[in-house]
Amino acid sequence: MCACARAKKHQLEREEKLNPEILALEDASYGYGDTALLSEMSLNIAPGGFYFLTGPSGSGKTTFLKLCYLDLAPTSGDLRLFGLSRTQMHRDDVARSRRRIGIIHQDCRFVDHLSIRENIRLPVHLSASGQAARPDNLSELLRWVGLEDRQDAFPPELSGGERQRAALARAVIMSPDLILADEPTGNVDWEMSERLLSLLVALNKQGKTVVMATHDLPLIRSAKARVAVRVLRLRAGHLREAGAEL
Amino acid sequence: MRIEGNALTAFLIGDKQAERIVPATGLIPWLTVFVAGVMGFLAVFAMALALSSGRVSERWLTDLSRGATLRISAPAGQLDARTEAALQVLRTTPGVASARVLSDSEQVALLEPWLGTGLVVDTLPLPRLLDIQPGDPAFDAEGLRLRLAGEVPGAVLDDHSRWQEPLARAAGRIQWVGAMTLLMIVGAMGALVTLAATSALATGHQVILVLRLLGARDVYIARAFVRRFTLRAAFGATAGAALAASALALIQRADQGGIIFADFGFFGIEWFGPLAVPILAGAVAFWATRRAAFAQLRKLA
Repeated sequence: MCACARAKKHQLEREEKLNPEILALEDASYGYGDTALLSEMSLNIAPGGFYFLTGPSGSGKTTFLKLCYLDLAPTSGDLRLFGLSRTQMHRDDVARSRRRIGIIHQDCRFVDHLSIRENIRLPVHLSASGQAARPDNLSELLRWVGLEDRQDAFPPELSGGERQRAALARAVIMSPDLILADEPTGNVDWEMSERLLSLLVALNKQGKTVVMATHDLPLIRSAKARVAVRVLRLRAGHLREAGAEL
Repeated sequence: MRIEGNALTAFLIGDKQAERIVPATGLIPWLTVFVAGVMGFLAVFAMALALSSGRVSERWLTDLSRGATLRISAPAGQLDARTEAALQVLRTTPGVASARVLSDSEQVALLEPWLGTGLVVDTLPLPRLLDIQPGDPAFDAEGLRLRLAGEVPGAVLDDHSRWQEPLARAAGRIQWVGAMTLLMIVGAMGALVTLAATSALATGHQVILVLRLLGARDVYIARAFVRRFTLRAAFGATAGAALAASALALIQRADQGGIIFADFGFFGIEWFGPLAVPILAGAVAFWATRRAAFAQLRKLA
C-alpha cells in the first residue's frame, strides 16, 4: 500500500471515529413476498465518506438506494438515518430526513412545467415552507454546473448531460449531509461522466457524504485517483465491501 | 383530522410558488367554478324558499287569528231577526271588539272566484255572514259557540282554527324541504369538490412524487390543492349567489303589490343569507379538498 493510500485509509478511519454514522444498516433485508432482493445487509456509512455501489444490472442497486432515501422500508432488520430508526419514523420525519439528502436519479425526475431554475430552487422553497430558509446560492450553483445559459429552459428541452447536471445542482442546493446518486452517468458520454464525477468529488472534499451507484469501473478508478473511496458490491442480494481488485 | 395552528394564516397568505408547482389541469378548474356557481345559485333560492314560506305562513296565520266569521242560516222571514239576536249576543260577549254584517257586495266578492261575475244574490239562498273582530284579550270561542247555540238557532261560529293547523303544518314542511335542499346542495358540493380534487391529485401524481423525494411534507402538498379549490368554490359560489340574489330582487320588483311573489325573496337582515353562501361554499370546499388530499396522499405513500 502506497503512502497516499495509507493516508486515505487513515482519513476514513478518523472520520468514522469522530462521527459514527450518517446511515447504518443492521441486518436489513428487503423483498417481495418470499423473494428476498437484498439480504441481511449491515453497513455503516460515515460522514464525509465517498462510497461507490457496484453490481450487475438487476442486483438491487436502485432498491438499496431507495432504502437509503426512505422510499422503501426494510422488510426485516433496521435502517438508521441520521441517528433515527426507520421503524420509528413518522411521515413527517421521512420528509425532514429527505431534506438532508440530495438525490440524483438516473432518469432525473423534474417538474416539467417549471423552468430549470425553478426546479433547482425547489428544495429551498420546500425547506422554507417548513423551517427557516437557507441561503440561496442559485446563480453560483448554476455557474458551477455550467447551466447559467439554460436556467430558463424547461426540463424536456435539456440534453441528458444537462439534465444530470441540473439534477446535481438541485441535489446540493440545500447543502445536504448525504448525496445519493443512482447511476448518474448512465446516459451521458465519458467526458460528461468525468465532469459529473469532478463535481461530486468537489462536494465530497467539502465534507459531504456521497453514495454513488454505478457499474462504470473506469469511473470508479478515476475517482480513486482523486479521493479516498470505498466500493460496496451487491451480488445475489448480499452487500460486500470490494477489495483492491477495483 | 388535525388542522395545524398556522394553517389558516398560511392559507390566507397563500404561496405563489406552491401553487405554480401544483399543475392546473384541463377543465377541472373551470368545472369546479361552474359547479360552485350553480350550487350557490340553487342554495340562495332554497334559502329564499325556506324563509318565504315561513313568512307567508306567519302572515296567513296572523290574518286568520285576527278575526272570526259567524254564519247564520234561516228561512227568509227569520233571517233578519236571527241576525239581530246574534249581534245582540256579540255586543254582550267579553273579548269581542266589533261585529258587523257583511254587505251584499262583500258577499258577492267572496263568491266571485268560484261562481264568476254578475251574480244576483237575491235569487240565491245565501246565509248571512258576520265579521267578528276580537278584542285583547280575545273572546272565548267555545263559550260563544254555546251561547249562540242556545240563543240563535242556525248560527255557526268559525274562528278559523281548523285552517290554522294545516297551514302551519304545510309551511313547516316547505321550510323543512328548503333546509333539506340546502343540506343536499352542501353535500353535493362537497362530493363534487372531492371528486375534482382527487382527480387533480391523480393527474399531478408525478409532481407529487418529485416533491416527496425532495422532502415536501404532505401538509405542504395538500395546502396548495386546498387553497386553489377553496378559492375556486368561493368565487363560483359568489357569482352564483349574486346572480340568484339579483334574480330575486328583479322578481320582487316586477311583482310589487302582487300576491304571488310579493313575499318570495329576502327582506331586511335576511339579505345576509346570500352573503353567507360563498363562505359556506369555501368552507365545504376547504374541508372536502383537505380530506381528499390527505386520503390520496396516504394512498400514494
